[in-house]
Order: sequence, then structure tokens, then C-alpha cells
Amino acid sequence: MSSTYKSKALGVAIEDITLSFGMTPVLKSVNLTIEPGEFFTFLGPSGSGKSTLLRLIAGFGPAPSSGRVLIGDRDVTHLAPWDRNVGLVFQNYALWPHMTVRKNVAFGLEEHKVPAQEIRERVDAALDLVGLLDLAQRRPSQLSGGQQQRVALARTVVVEPQVLLLDEPLSNLDANLRVQMRREIHDLQRKLGLTTIFVTHDQEEANTVSDRMAVLDDGVIQQVGSPMSLYDEPVNRFVASFLGTANLVDGRVEKTEDGTHFLANDAIRIPVAVAELQPGAHAVALFRPQSLLIREADAPAAQSSARLEGKVVHREFLGSLIRYAVAVGDHTLLVDDSHQTGRECFDMQERVSLHLDRAQVRVLPG
Amino acid sequence: MNALSRGQLGPGVLAVVLGLFLVVFLVVPVAKVIYVAFQDPNTGALTLVNFADFFKTSLFQESFINSLYVAAMSVVLSSIFALPLAYFTTRFNFGGSVIIQTLGIVPLIMPPFVGAVAMALLFGSNGSVNLLLDEWMGFTIPFMEGLNGVIFVESVHYFPFILINLSAALANIDRSMEESAQNLGSSGFRLFRRIVFPLAMPGYIAGASLVFLKVFDDLGTPLLLNINNMLAPQAYLRITSIGISDPMGYVISVILVACSLLALWTSFLAMKGKDYATVQKGGGGLSKRELRGWERVACYTVIIVILLLVLSPHIGLTLLSFGTVWSFSVLPDAFTWAHYATVFETSMQYVNNTLLYAGLAALIDVIFATAIAYIVWRTQLAWRQWLDYAAMGAVAIPGVVIGIGYLRTFYDFNVPFIDKPLATWWVIIVVALAIRRLPYALRACVAALQQVSEALEEAAENLGATKSRTVRRIVVPLMTGGILAGFITSFATASVELSATIMLVSAESDAPLAYGIYEFMQSASGRGPGAALGIIAVVIVGVATYLSHLFIERRREAHAPEIAVPAGA
Repeated sequence: MSSTYKSKALGVAIEDITLSFGMTPVLKSVNLTIEPGEFFTFLGPSGSGKSTLLRLIAGFGPAPSSGRVLIGDRDVTHLAPWDRNVGLVFQNYALWPHMTVRKNVAFGLEEHKVPAQEIRERVDAALDLVGLLDLAQRRPSQLSGGQQQRVALARTVVVEPQVLLLDEPLSNLDANLRVQMRREIHDLQRKLGLTTIFVTHDQEEANTVSDRMAVLDDGVIQQVGSPMSLYDEPVNRFVASFLGTANLVDGRVEKTEDGTHFLANDAIRIPVAVAELQPGAHAVALFRPQSLLIREADAPAAQSSARLEGKVVHREFLGSLIRYAVAVGDHTLLVDDSHQTGRECFDMQERVSLHLDRAQVRVLPG
Repeated sequence: MNALSRGQLGPGVLAVVLGLFLVVFLVVPVAKVIYVAFQDPNTGALTLVNFADFFKTSLFQESFINSLYVAAMSVVLSSIFALPLAYFTTRFNFGGSVIIQTLGIVPLIMPPFVGAVAMALLFGSNGSVNLLLDEWMGFTIPFMEGLNGVIFVESVHYFPFILINLSAALANIDRSMEESAQNLGSSGFRLFRRIVFPLAMPGYIAGASLVFLKVFDDLGTPLLLNINNMLAPQAYLRITSIGISDPMGYVISVILVACSLLALWTSFLAMKGKDYATVQKGGGGLSKRELRGWERVACYTVIIVILLLVLSPHIGLTLLSFGTVWSFSVLPDAFTWAHYATVFETSMQYVNNTLLYAGLAALIDVIFATAIAYIVWRTQLAWRQWLDYAAMGAVAIPGVVIGIGYLRTFYDFNVPFIDKPLATWWVIIVVALAIRRLPYALRACVAALQQVSEALEEAAENLGATKSRTVRRIVVPLMTGGILAGFITSFATASVELSATIMLVSAESDAPLAYGIYEFMQSASGRGPGAALGIIAVVIVGVATYLSHLFIERRREAHAPEIAVPAGA
């Protein structure tokens, strides 16, 4: 099974797609290229258009008002769902309750008029692949959530689709099972070498499985890239705050003889290494809570670090770390300090100093 | 767009065929009736003179008042039966739900006119109850005198409509509604008046308007009790005795339709925007408590009295069907199988006709209802909602009106090859039954379709199944329970329907059960066989209902837990 895919994995191209539900625009001039064999993720909050985009590739939902969808070289924009050969795994699995597991998995092959003998063999192989061969005669209602998920996967890959689409497939599972299933899906994709598009609103899920991902908001693709590049180099506020927790400070860039600085009010002055921004321009400084070191008020600044002074206004114990909210001038910054047994923490209202390495600061145009 | 328009061709053709059927057999006949009502019988010009004549004639004035009075009083009496039962079962812990479920099918398995004669023998001035009362207490109660009889018979049959709707409304009230009122200091009767009563009101109104509608339109019961000064019997008598050219039958039809629409509109207004049940989720129903000793006695007494009342037509009918002579006595003089023998020897054509007509009508209903449900809920065809509206429109059209409309519209239309008017061919009875029961089958099928998550269809299409293959392999199999429920409801109610068929039966050999019962009950000597035929009808409907119940239950056990795929998570 695996060999057949690796040789013929196809890419997906989405060209200038615009789509509305009635008068409400849902996708606005979306352009994307997904490489053959890639594990690609659409990440975004609910209502961002990520599921609509996925369903568009499968041929469901309203037709786009402009643009086209290509799978390999084939324009599928106006093809009926049943003529596309893309496999969609539904959020709620959509297993047919009136059919056994075996019948569910055999359905697509029957519709493709595959000979009975071959159907039996391929269904066995697919169920074996997901480890459910023993449960072939069960009905979906007799399976656990994770087993239902595997049946849905087997049912989809058994027809050897050109592209595998996964619509929030883990959202109905409990936390432990979710971690296990996402590994299984990832392994399965690697084994089959199948071009896969995964939709989720959970950035941890996206980070762990994706080769690349696209962050969507309000029907617009905000940024495309590898998980780490999106986390480290977000292009705007939305991407920065959607991927993890971020301190975002409004201010401006200033150039003096001792280098370029980012200034916000009087309390925050951070040396930065940005050339592209004009001096005086409105800008947003981005740094992650774990990039700030929290120390006693009188601790000296290290080389290449900015030193900020403030006082602790809030404190949350999160297990592996302690998250402080520190008031610096008008701003409240979040600071993560890793927690070790026995280590003392700072008290509320205690004056502290914060240390920030300039390499950890990213300045975005405001 | 290509993919969409290509997928719409099949449903489009189907929609046109269904639309034509509804136009020809529902819209045109009803429009014809309304048109004739406003037409001068001599000149053919449009006029209001027929209505003026109607309201000037004292018999019609009286009939109009009587129909309103009977319908309104039936609502009152039904409420008296239903309110305590609904309250007991939702407020106290006791085995009332089984009774409610059982009562729910009573109006379904026996229409009031079948039991009317038996009720007269039990509750009439010389009936069993009054004979006993006179003997032991020295007084009698005129249960069955004149209009009282109609009100009593109708209430006993139709009160479950109020009971079911009201119980559902009470059961849907979120317990936190009551608890938050208590938390804010409200209790006892004030709590009931300010919270429970307003929340349950829409359910009550819905049930009450249904009772009003059913009673107002009923033809069989007044006819059998020999009460002719009401609207439906007047319409029937005018058409059958004077002929289909007499305008009064049409005027009465228009008034019947108008009052039906008014009752439905009232129920619509009551329910509109007041679907309280779906607003809140959580603990369902009022807080229940155990009955205290004397309360238990009182509750069960009320329940048993009401149960006896509800079952009295069945008890009476059974006695009548086995009794030799039953007159001026508490029970029949002796018991015999002779009436059943008579029926089996001479009247089996009624049973066969009924099975054929009701079976065909129910089959047409579920096929059409499934198609309409799919077109309306799963396609994007323009005007598709109108199919739903037209099919549901039959709810507001009394059987008498359908009958008159068919006679008027199809009498001049000769069926090819058999060379007789369509209006007198037995097939027209099947069509009338199908049209009249279509709304119920449609609601059952729509409910069933809504249970099938669209993702289940999309999954099939995604795996290569076309729309029509998806309907055949996924949608229809998953709707089976609902379709079957629709079939049984249509079959059961069609097999005992009288008001449209009584006008369309042209030959004894074409007549169904209900007509046969009506014919037998006309004479004193025919009562026994008539009752036997009634019992046979009840058995047929009861068995069909029970079998479908079994089938649906078995399917539910097999795989129902997630027919409705959980939304979100």
C-alpha cells in the first residue's frame, strides 16, 4: 500500500479562492501551494474559514465565486465530490451506524466497482493497518472514540485517495487519547507518504504533526511556514498571539549613537537589531514570557540585555513554571520562570528587575 | 456551479411531479370548493349571496353555533381529563408515564364514531351507567343527551392530544427554572402561576387547538349519534341529498376551512418563539416528590376513573360485538359469536378494501414524504419550501371538504379504459386518504431525515457515491425507523377515516371498514355486526402499531446510539 503512494503523491494548489456564505465573505483571495507528500495544517480560531477551505478541496459547501483548486495538474474546482478522489476524515467520524466496521470500510471500494475478492483483501489490509481487524464485525456504536477514529481513517485510506483531508479529527477525543492518535496519524501519513491536510484550532497539535502550516484568521491566510518559524518569526500580532503566549508592546523605534532602540513610554527601552524600520515609526515589540528573566530588583544587567524595572502584580503556579504578571510603567508583562522544588518565588508587590536578551525581541511594524 | 446544477436535475424532475400531484389533488379541488361558494348558482357570477343565505337560514345559524359550542366544550372537558393526569405524572414519582404513552395512541387506533354507539349504550338515558345510578341513587345524568353526547364522545377520544402536548411541555421545563424561582423566594401557588403555568402554556394551547380542530371537523360522530344540526353533517347531508350543485355545502366547507386555519394559526402563535425547551439544557422536568398516603389514593382514583372513561368505548364495543340483545339492561342479555360469523361471511370486502386502500395510501405517503423531505432539506432548489407548505396544507382541510372538492372536480373526468368518472373510481379514495395523511407522514420523515447527520452523506460522496447512490445506501436505510413510523401512522389513521371516504364511496363493493361500520350502525339489528367490524378495525390498527413499535425498538437497540452524530464535542 505504502509504495503506491510515495510514487504518485500529488500536490494541491489553491489559487485566488474567494467564497461567501450568502452575503458573508468566508474566504478572501486565498493562495496556497501544498507540496506532494507534505503534512500541511490549516490553523486558526473557529470562524477563520479553515474548515470551509478544507471542505472546498473535497467539493462540499458553496462553490467559490472566484479562483480554482488544483490537485496535481487537474482542475477540480467544479467537480462533484464523488469524482474527486480526495479522502476526507470528518470531525465526528461520520461512520454509518447501520453498517458494520467492515461494511463501512468496504463502502468506497464498492462504489468504485472493485471486484469482491479485492475488496476483501484491501479492507483487511486497511483494518490491519489501523489495528482493528479483530473488530471488523462490530457496529460503530460498539467502538470507543479512538477506535471509531481509526475506522474513519481506514475507510478513507482504503480507497487510496490522492490527498488526505483531516477535519479536526482529534477534537472529540480526551486529552491522553488525542496525543496517542496524533502520533498514529502522523506515523500513518509517513508510512503512506500521502499528501495530507489537517485542520485544527489547537496550536500544540499543529506544531507536533505539521511539516508546514498556514495560520488563518477572518478568511485570510496570515502566514505560511514551518511551526518553529511561525513561532519565532510571526509577521503580525495575530500570528504572534495565536501561537503561544506573547508580550506585545506598542511603541516606536529610535536610532541614536548607541544603536537602535525600541521605546514604549519611559519605562521600556530595549536595544534591537532591526534595520528595516524607519526611526520614529510606530512599532510593536514582541517577546515571549520565557525570554524574560526575573531577578531581584538590584540585579545588574547582563551584556546585550535590556534591564526593565517593575513590580509583581499577579502570580500563577502552572506546575512546570510560575507565570508572573509584572507592571512595568503602564505595561503589564508576562514572565515565565521555570519552577524547581524548593526555589523561592517572588511575592506580590515585590519590586523586581526583568532581563531581556536583544536576540529574543522581534519588532513588528505597528 | 456545474457540479451543483448537475446534481439538481433528478430532484428537480421529482419536485415537479410531486408538485403536480399536490396541485391536482389538493390545491385545485379546494380552490374549486372555495370558488363555487362565492359563485351565484344561477348566473355563475362571483357573489356573497350564498353566505348571506347561509347566515339567514336558522338551521345553519344553529348548526354554526352548535359546532362552535361542541368544539369549545370538548376542549374544556378534554382539559378537565388531561390536566390532573399531566400534573400528577410530572410532579410526583409514580408509574404514570406508561399510562400516558398508552393513552397517546387511543385516538389513533379508534376514531370516535366507532365507539359512539357503544358509548350511547353505556352512558345513554337507558344505558348501563344511568340504569345503575337510577337504581342505587335515584337520579340519572344526561351524558348523551343531544350535543352532550357529541361533546362527551369527542372528549374521551381526543383529550390525549392535550395530555401529550402538556406533559411534554411540563417535562421540558428545566428544573433550574423552578429552583431559581424558589431561590428568589417564590413557592406554592405563586410559583405555579408565575413560572410553571406560563412555561407550559404553549404546549397546552397546541394540544387544545388540535382538539378544537378535530372536533369541529368531525363528521362521523354526530352522524352516528343522529345529531344533524352541526356544520359537518349539514355539508354532508346537503351534498348527498340535494346534490353537488347546491351551494350551501360549499359555503359550509369554506367556513370549516376558515375555522381550521384559525385553530392552527392560534396554535402556531402559541408555539412561535416559545420553544422554551431548547433554550435551556440540563435537568429536565419539575422536581418530583413522593406521594403521601392519602394523595396516593386520590391520584390513583382519578387515574382509574379517567382510564375507565377512556376505555369505555372499547369495553362497550366489545360487549356489543358479543352481545345478543342489549337494551334497557346493564349488560347484554347473552353472549354469542354470531356477529363475527356474520361479518366474516358477508362483510370481508370491507376489511380487504381497507387493507388495500390504507396500505396503498400509506405507501404513497411515505414515498412522497421521503422525497419531499429530501428535496426541502437537502437540495437548493428554488421554491422547494412550497412543496412542504402545500403538503402540510392538507392539515387544515377537513375530510368533508376534500370529499366535496373531489366530487365537484373529478365527476366530469372519465378515467380512460374503464369509462367511469374519476370521482367514483375506488382509486380516488386512496388518493384522498393519501393527501389527508401526507402531513403526518411528512413530519415523521422530516424528523427522521434531520436525525441523519449531513456528514454521513458527505462521507459517502467523498468515497465516490453519487447523490442518488448516497440516498439509496445511506439516507433511506438510516431513515427506516421514521419512514416506518410514518407508514404506520398513515395506515392506522387512514384505515378508520370516514369523513372523506363517506362522500367518495360509490358502490358497496368499494367501501372500506369505516363505511361498513357506519352502514351497520344505522340499524338496530346491524349494531352487533357493526361492533364486530369495529373490533376488527381496532385489532388491525393495534397489531400494526404494535409491530412497528417492536421493529423500531429492535432497530434502536441495534444501532441507534449515534445515528445523530454528536455535534461539536
